[in-house]
Amino acid sequence: MNEHVIALQNVVQRFPGAEQAALAGISLEIRQGELVAIVGPSGSGKTTLLRLVNRLADPSAGKVWVEGEETATRDPVSLRRRIGYVFQGIGLFPHMSVAENISITPRLLGWNATAIEERVDELLSLVRLPLAYRSRMPDELSGGERQRVGVARALAAKPKIVLMDEPFGALDPVTRDALTRDYRALHEELGLTSMLITHDVLEALLLADRIVVLNRGSIVETGSPAELMRAPKHEFTRTLMQMPEQQAKRLASLLEMH
Amino acid sequence: MIISDPRFAQALARLPEYLGNHILLSLCALTLGIAISLPLGILASRNAALRWPLLAVASLVQTIPGLALLALFYPLLLGLSNLTAMAFNAPFSAFGFLPSLLALTLYSMLPVLRNTITGLNGIEPAILEAAQGAGMTPVQSLRMVELPLAAPVIMAGIRTAAVWVIGTATLSTPVGQTSLGNYIFTGLQTQNWVFVLFGCVAAAALAMTVDQLLALIESGVKTQRHRRIFSGIAGIALVVAAALIPGNAQRAAGNYVIGAKTFTEQFILAALIEQKLGKANLPASRLDGLGSTIAFDALANNEIDVYVDYSGTLWANQMQRNDVRPREEVLRELRDWLAGKNILLLGPLGFENSYALAMKRSRADALKIKTIADLAIHAPQLSIAADYEFLARPEWAAVRDAYGLRFRAQRQMQSTFMYEAVATGEADVISAFSSDGRIKQYDLVVLDDPKRSLPPYDAILLIAPKRAKDAAFLAALKPLIGAIDVEQMREASLLADRRDNKQTVEDAARWLSERLQKR
Repeated sequence: MNEHVIALQNVVQRFPGAEQAALAGISLEIRQGELVAIVGPSGSGKTTLLRLVNRLADPSAGKVWVEGEETATRDPVSLRRRIGYVFQGIGLFPHMSVAENISITPRLLGWNATAIEERVDELLSLVRLPLAYRSRMPDELSGGERQRVGVARALAAKPKIVLMDEPFGALDPVTRDALTRDYRALHEELGLTSMLITHDVLEALLLADRIVVLNRGSIVETGSPAELMRAPKHEFTRTLMQMPEQQAKRLASLLEMH
Repeated sequence: MIISDPRFAQALARLPEYLGNHILLSLCALTLGIAISLPLGILASRNAALRWPLLAVASLVQTIPGLALLALFYPLLLGLSNLTAMAFNAPFSAFGFLPSLLALTLYSMLPVLRNTITGLNGIEPAILEAAQGAGMTPVQSLRMVELPLAAPVIMAGIRTAAVWVIGTATLSTPVGQTSLGNYIFTGLQTQNWVFVLFGCVAAAALAMTVDQLLALIESGVKTQRHRRIFSGIAGIALVVAAALIPGNAQRAAGNYVIGAKTFTEQFILAALIEQKLGKANLPASRLDGLGSTIAFDALANNEIDVYVDYSGTLWANQMQRNDVRPREEVLRELRDWLAGKNILLLGPLGFENSYALAMKRSRADALKIKTIADLAIHAPQLSIAADYEFLARPEWAAVRDAYGLRFRAQRQMQSTFMYEAVATGEADVISAFSSDGRIKQYDLVVLDDPKRSLPPYDAILLIAPKRAKDAAFLAALKPLIGAIDVEQMREASLLADRRDNKQTVEDAARWLSERLQKR
């Protein structure tokens, strides 16, 4: 398992009172430097899967490894400080300035003040926000700007792994497109290993090295965007992958009509 | 107009002492209340199983009337004090400050508890998850994220608690804690409405001031403006300092403390004792407005040094006797019984203040009622008004059963209003006190008790165990024994109670002092 940055083996997650398991025996390995997208309908277990990696949840059965160590044996707090986490709700702390939000994990790790100041500036330029934004409060920012701050916060403590739960879901298409491109560039530049949840198949196709298709708590199949587009092994995958193609066709016919 | 009233100047002169004690008590209770309910609220916000029992208990406490809660703590602490005295030889004072503090602390808890829980549980789950995801421990999340975000709601709870506590603290007078309530209790008794108003306005002004200072802190917390938080805290510190500077919040050690129950005659006699001690160069202070049994327990526990009680009261309430004996016999038995508790019965003052049933003279004449036996015949058509104690006392049971009294209606009220009620015809019969000046003022007739069902009520001077051998103290009080007759006591009470040309209890005491009988 050591060659994989993240590995899950026969992971089952049951929530009390739920009839079906949220995750019904998942095994998945992610290599250093991969950007893996997890797609699937609502309730397929995407978020549950992601939360197992930084121990925001513990599995009912099965094992999870991060950087060669089994997570169950590690202190969850120090594990989370080493993994960047961006999620749908953004969750910026409303009583803290942009700089305070970004520097939260370095502060928890006890970095010195100068190093923190420098890191904040570095991150603001990394996510393409003006340095003047340091002292702004979250409610003074637009949705896209907030999401950039969220990404900067996740990257602050120089993690090697970043988990993202539909980070760009609530944004307008233009902002969203810019952010996904920017993120891909950051991923390359910083040599990250990233897991990204999205319900937008097109986003997954354009951004990811590998796609994991999830349905009802099980992995339907995994493969590169090209493989899944060209030769899906399952009907479920085919239907899912056809959607962007059909949309493109409809778009083309619309253009021909005019 | 009010400001030119001499009673206003008298009220103002007592303000440092009353206000100082009031502030000290309220802020101690509030601080203690916050110190307890904030951690409890945090625990309860994380634990649903703890949440509702805690809130239920706190709400229950809130439904107990403030006065009752204060009164409950006194016997509770007294029992506890006796226990610690036996177990560790370390008794503590169950009187005044402590019961008031604990009752008010309990009172302050609900709003802080409720708002802490509401504030913490109202934080968006996304923010909590972000805190966890960023690698905060639960304690860090609480300190860096949850408490700062819940702070405005918690502060609002603290403000509510502060206003409640400052208001309710006025009720701590009857358990022996000086407060702004002293104006209200004394004023209500002697119909000194300037005092009552003064007490209310002072308490309201204090509550509003503290509330505004807390509001300043609240807005500072909300908007992250540290200057506001600082000014608010400085303002509160100033209020506390103002309470402490005059040094009036505590009584000087070694002073003699004179107790008085909650009626005019008691205030006058306490003032008279104070004047007598003053002439003998024995510094003394008064604690007015004590509940009846609280005064006795306080004396037995050396919390107060001297007060006036009545033989019949102790006979029935403390000795638990319900047989009616002649005056001398009651006094003799009482003296022995008190000696067993190391309390010295210095002697009777010379007059009786017995419970008596009284009617307006015109009404009694019209119905041809002269005695309680006559009254029993008409009682089913009549209504009785009594003070808070009477209907619960064995004397009432005794007189009721002896004559078979059954009234159409019976009501309890403040004794001041009781006299008004019988004078205006609102009530037909009242439980009067035989030495009360208002019997004369309202032209009431005291009904005879041919069966002698009501015990004798000699006013007697009681001395605390620790002063029983204090020769200078006893010598200063001796001239009062057998020196006051009932007519003069009524006159003196009337001086302080009447509406026109009202005198202070101190003036009434001086008036009485000049007329003391030579034995």
